[in-house]
Amino acid sequence: MNFISLSPIDVGISALLLIINALLSIALRLGLAKQMIIAATRMVIQLLLVGLVLKALFDLASPLFTSVMGLTMILFSGREVMARQSRQLTGWWAYGLGTTAMLIAGTVVTLFALTTQVRPEPWYEARVALPIFGMILGNTMTGIAVGLDRLLTSIGRERSAIESRLALGHTIKEAMSGVLRNAIRSGLIPIINSMSAIGLVSIPGMMTGQILAGIEPMEAVKYQLLIMFLIAGGTTFGVLGAVLACGWRLTDNRHRLRLDRLSETKQA
Amino acid sequence: MLSIQDLSRPGIKPFSIDLNEGECVVLKGPSGAGKTLLLRAIADLDPNKGSVFLNQVNKNEYTAPEWRRAVCYLSTESGWWADDVGIHFPNHQSAGELLPKLGIGPDALNWQVARLSTGERQRLALARLILVSPSVMLLDEPTSGLDPESETMVEQILLQKLAEDVSILIVTHSSDQANRLATRCLKMNSGVVSEDIA
Repeated sequence: MNFISLSPIDVGISALLLIINALLSIALRLGLAKQMIIAATRMVIQLLLVGLVLKALFDLASPLFTSVMGLTMILFSGREVMARQSRQLTGWWAYGLGTTAMLIAGTVVTLFALTTQVRPEPWYEARVALPIFGMILGNTMTGIAVGLDRLLTSIGRERSAIESRLALGHTIKEAMSGVLRNAIRSGLIPIINSMSAIGLVSIPGMMTGQILAGIEPMEAVKYQLLIMFLIAGGTTFGVLGAVLACGWRLTDNRHRLRLDRLSETKQA
Repeated sequence: MLSIQDLSRPGIKPFSIDLNEGECVVLKGPSGAGKTLLLRAIADLDPNKGSVFLNQVNKNEYTAPEWRRAVCYLSTESGWWADDVGIHFPNHQSAGELLPKLGIGPDALNWQVARLSTGERQRLALARLILVSPSVMLLDEPTSGLDPESETMVEQILLQKLAEDVSILIVTHSSDQANRLATRCLKMNSGVVSEDIA
């Protein structure tokens, strides 16, 4: 192992770049200096906190605390999914639907990885479980947010086309198939794109990290492949689940479109 | 044939009517009175209370698609779910026979929806509904915005359907059209339907 440890001063020197950026912003009147400093400060605080929390969790090695951390991550990502919708379901569904889809998809895929492929000892070891879960969750979150947003906006726009089909006696499944399919596609396209660009355009962060930590490139590649497959699996389950559940919520068993279960358009 | 008993939904006070075979009931009333909501409720497109029977069979004994093929609703604004006109007509042969009676050439089936005029859309949407062969037609201003010639053609088709024992509930703002088609006139105000004796 030839891992190079960084001192706080090393990190501080790299932060000089940000100071230069801020000065440039002021000189060019981009008006970004304040935002940039706030974002950077948030980043430093959030990452330091996560570092402390992860260290504590690794030392504790408690399945309970590890699950609590996982759940907290899901709750935050659920809020993120909801914030990215221009229209929302009414009531609890606005938050609950995306969050539940992530909970199920993220948990199932992570457990699958921990118990059959990575197999840490014990299988719930936080050092392995949480980073894998985090990567799956992050990508699933993006997919679900895009898919749901697409469904909720297009269902409003396509309302008269969908209801014309219903009025002519088509089933709700036939009438909704187009918007559902488009929503699922747009939720899945980012992960497909990232699979095709990976390695050529970018060396992914996790692989870079392992290489910097002194791991053989081929070992790091195997890990990256594993993670990408897990991410693709989790995203697909999550997007399918969330979009289909949302479609189900916006219809009823008398084959009606129930846009009364959708909130008004959010003001921009 | 169609028997409606105390049908209601938000915005519509309980409404009852018996519609006989070949009868055309005209529904008039100011915009916002609830005419569209009423037709949509009869077609079961929105949640509603009360009971509706077709030939003594309760609406709920039909599946929703069966019900809407028998009691078919035409909205003011026609909806299209594909780019080609032809895709909206499952049977091109029968469509080709019907369209000329509405003043549209059969080659319209090869057109793009995007190039249709408002009037063409309206007549094609009516043709689409007629080809489902419903027992009851719920028509929401089917001739608004049509030129007089097309309006006459549409009315001729409707009279022909009435003669074939189809029942029609039609919303119109035109008293002349009401006189030409109606066997009975109703008017609607703030969700309440009453006989129009004028």
